[in-house]
Amino acid sequence: MTTTDEQTQPSADAQATAAAPPASLDTVELAARTPDVYQPWSELGLKGDEYASIRGIIDRRPTIAELAMYSVMWSEHCSYKSSKVHFKLWGENTTDEMREKLLVGIGENAGVVDIGDGWAVTFKVESHNHPSYVEPYQGAATGVGGIVRDIMSMGARPIAVMDPLRFGNLHHPDTQRVLPGIVAGVGGYGNCLGLPNIGGEVVFDDCYQGNPLVNALCVGAMRVEDIHLAKATGVGNKVILFGAKTGGDGIGGVSVLASETFDSGGPAKRPAVQVGDPFAEKVLIECCLDLYAAHVVDGIQDLGGAGLSCATSELASNGDGGMRVALDLVPLRDASLQPHEILMSESQERMMAIVEPDKLDEFMAITDKWDVEATVIGEVTDGDRLVITWHGEVIVDVPPRSVAHDGPTYHRPLSRPAYLDALNADGAAALARPEMGEDIKAQLLTLIGSPNLCDKSWVTDQYDRYVLGNTALSQPDDAGVVRVDEETGRGVAVATDCNGRFAKLDPYTGAQLALAEAYRNVATAGAAPLAVTDCLNFGSPEDPGVMWQFRESIRGIAEGCKFLGIPVTGGNVSFYNQTGDVAIHPTPVVGVLGVMPDVSKRSRSGFRTDGAHIYLLGTTRAELDGSEWAHVIHKHLGGLPPVVDLAAEQALGTALVAAAEAGLVEAAHDLSEGGLAIALAEACMRHGVGATIDGLDQVGVDAEGNILDAFTALFSESSARALVAVPAGNAAQFEALLVEVPHRRIGATGGRDLEIAGLFSLSVSELESAHTFTMPAVFGS
Amino acid sequence: MRIGVVTFPGSLDDRDAARAVRECGGESVPLWHGDDDLRGVDAVILPGGFSYGDYLRCGAIARFAPVMDVLVPAAQGGLPVLGICNGFQVLTESHLLPGALIRNDHRKFNCVDSRLVVENTSTAWTSDYEVGQEITIVLKNGEGGFVADDETLDRLEGEGRVVFRYVPDAEGRNPNGSYRHIAGITNERGNVVGLMPHPEHAVEEGYGPSLDGRGFFTSILKHALETAAKA
Repeated sequence: MTTTDEQTQPSADAQATAAAPPASLDTVELAARTPDVYQPWSELGLKGDEYASIRGIIDRRPTIAELAMYSVMWSEHCSYKSSKVHFKLWGENTTDEMREKLLVGIGENAGVVDIGDGWAVTFKVESHNHPSYVEPYQGAATGVGGIVRDIMSMGARPIAVMDPLRFGNLHHPDTQRVLPGIVAGVGGYGNCLGLPNIGGEVVFDDCYQGNPLVNALCVGAMRVEDIHLAKATGVGNKVILFGAKTGGDGIGGVSVLASETFDSGGPAKRPAVQVGDPFAEKVLIECCLDLYAAHVVDGIQDLGGAGLSCATSELASNGDGGMRVALDLVPLRDASLQPHEILMSESQERMMAIVEPDKLDEFMAITDKWDVEATVIGEVTDGDRLVITWHGEVIVDVPPRSVAHDGPTYHRPLSRPAYLDALNADGAAALARPEMGEDIKAQLLTLIGSPNLCDKSWVTDQYDRYVLGNTALSQPDDAGVVRVDEETGRGVAVATDCNGRFAKLDPYTGAQLALAEAYRNVATAGAAPLAVTDCLNFGSPEDPGVMWQFRESIRGIAEGCKFLGIPVTGGNVSFYNQTGDVAIHPTPVVGVLGVMPDVSKRSRSGFRTDGAHIYLLGTTRAELDGSEWAHVIHKHLGGLPPVVDLAAEQALGTALVAAAEAGLVEAAHDLSEGGLAIALAEACMRHGVGATIDGLDQVGVDAEGNILDAFTALFSESSARALVAVPAGNAAQFEALLVEVPHRRIGATGGRDLEIAGLFSLSVSELESAHTFTMPAVFGS
Repeated sequence: MRIGVVTFPGSLDDRDAARAVRECGGESVPLWHGDDDLRGVDAVILPGGFSYGDYLRCGAIARFAPVMDVLVPAAQGGLPVLGICNGFQVLTESHLLPGALIRNDHRKFNCVDSRLVVENTSTAWTSDYEVGQEITIVLKNGEGGFVADDETLDRLEGEGRVVFRYVPDAEGRNPNGSYRHIAGITNERGNVVGLMPHPEHAVEEGYGPSLDGRGFFTSILKHALETAAKA
């Protein structure tokens, strides 16, 4: 295991046993007698009114253990206190028809959808941004570990991961520290778990310099009848903590790290980052699957953010009774931990199960088989209190719902930022653009080697994409595709997308463009889009402009999903991604999951044979505001993002899925950053097969109805478009599927050059040299 | 024909290896690290993964598993054994094969479609290939650099026990810094083969870079049939 910081290593004393009670234990009884003692609520991240509210709920001062629980559970990260008033937009935009596909919706550890033939798939994306900036390797590694446990706790076998990553400037010295550590952490953990990493994103923008975004997505599959939920029911049922011992790592991770803005002058926060042990998690996965198969688990919850505080209060709150837990029974790897620290610890690779007493022996036999430590630490009780004791003395006595679900709700002020008018008025039309073929060619070569469009195999080759043997498609193709049913080939495709620049220009449209692109990527691979997860990365919610961006983004995704008929199944909000007063671009990362009856029919993104017809599908407009071209060539951001046309996306998607199903497609590739030029270059480089493009003259018109010039046709980033190559013999059948999709045959595959008739010709190897040079030049080969 | 696949805690490609056996017409038999029982199988695969987390030296703990107590003497007696990736590391740690696997020279985990040349087709696992044949199968490891002293390397080459070599790139480099581009070797008898790349990821159309891995599994099934016929 690679780690850069000895300080974050767990204690070597793995055999440590529970500590003796300290002399001055803060019990409920003591708290009732001493209402006025000083309490460090502010240091734990609580606001004054929140502290007062806790005193109101329990009608006395909280004990230090209760204060710890409330502080982590009422943190922004766990309570969604700034965001949840806007979540009603999800419900309002979910129709009955959309709900029909949902087996489990928002609010559980992860949403679950029905993919047919008795199979259920669960997927979710989460952020681990702040820990990954403080300690890149462990922050990213435990981000993967956390989302995998969420998927496991639904009863599923995890089957794939993907990681949308965003960094500051590629050439900034701190990127040299952050990127290799994060990539090694994602790989180190995921590879050791045996989960194929099938996609994701690697994006660079100066706005992420002090706030890299590490989002982690996991997909899991199970039979419909095997879905498990996080709830504690049945008086007398046992509460079992199993997996790793509890240590001092990650104390206050959610409150201190995830819910505040970094100050450059503050103390180092490394002790708040958790440390991962992927081997322990791999064993835990297999152990949990054995437990599920034996039907010995009534309820299950993973321990992630807020650790035992979260697991105990959520299980009890979701159930129909109370819970009593003896905290001194928790196996520790550091005997000096205080009770409140045990409650806050975010030590990884732990799970909590609710088990009927007569199934306890069978449960323990299975955990023994896997050498997983399991300890009964309490039981489900009658009544409605969560009671936690320490060597017999009551240190927590609270209504579990008040901790888990009834946290504060903020109606934060929101207002459209004043800078937007000027920003929107400053479009790309005024930027100098090339006219001569050689100049366009030079800019294409610059773009194909630019940080966001260059070859990312330096990153993705550090991830195992083959393990489990079900990967039908992975990066750099449009979507990751994995088989779920080995008999029939039924499987799923997943893609994540977000262009933060578009969201900066217009968060509603930008969020819908993210949704549209992920939807299109899944359809391009040949899968019918089915469900959505999102990871909403934003600046401080205390900034009204950021809150406005946030609300606009949710509205955009929710209304877009309603139009497309695919439900949001869950996701995550990450606030406080800013340095000082400067927030990141609003970055609502959208993940779309699609289903295929047989994944062997998926469409790949690269040209493979000579003589296939190349079609451009969709409508091209003059849309260069916020484009990769404006960003790279002119370092310009302004204007308005491309128009969203969800009806066109739907028609395009339907045609792409039908074409794949009918086996007509040689290659299909979505058009996004860099437009047609980059899509063509990528399709050529994938297998080294060139193309001749001679049909650019009338691919679209501008706002005035003028035919687009070749430069605009090549670099415009209009949405709802794809490039498709079909063998000549399939052309008629393919065109018959395009009744509702504007399309134009623009050329043919073949040769070793990308030739744009009348403009330039470029060898595929020249493109490859420019494409593959960039990342090794910075990070070494 | 029954081919055992051992699962250690932390084994990852055990299901894949079992699938490859089935895809090629054999019966796969799960073997558990904690059992000192080979269940009467005709051959054994030690699959890829991170046995026991590999936090120490890769394979260093797995060699002490109870299943190895029965596997090592069986292999010394001629039972065909294939070690893939972590399995190769376990075989060197168990001294069934010489040399060692160390951290890749570029210090990163690396997952690529690797080109290999087959140099020995007289082992139990490679008879369905041709000498000089080039195959493309998946390579994915962090500690796959094959090293040994010169005397051992000379002996391996002299005795024809280098089974696979990486096809070096234009700069003469292989994917992990292995000495003399060695990707896989065998023991004197030719029944024990270890290699870093993963043939089990190249047996099914649409799932992997090629079907070039099938030869391992068809070879061993033939070998097992021949052995049975002789007995």
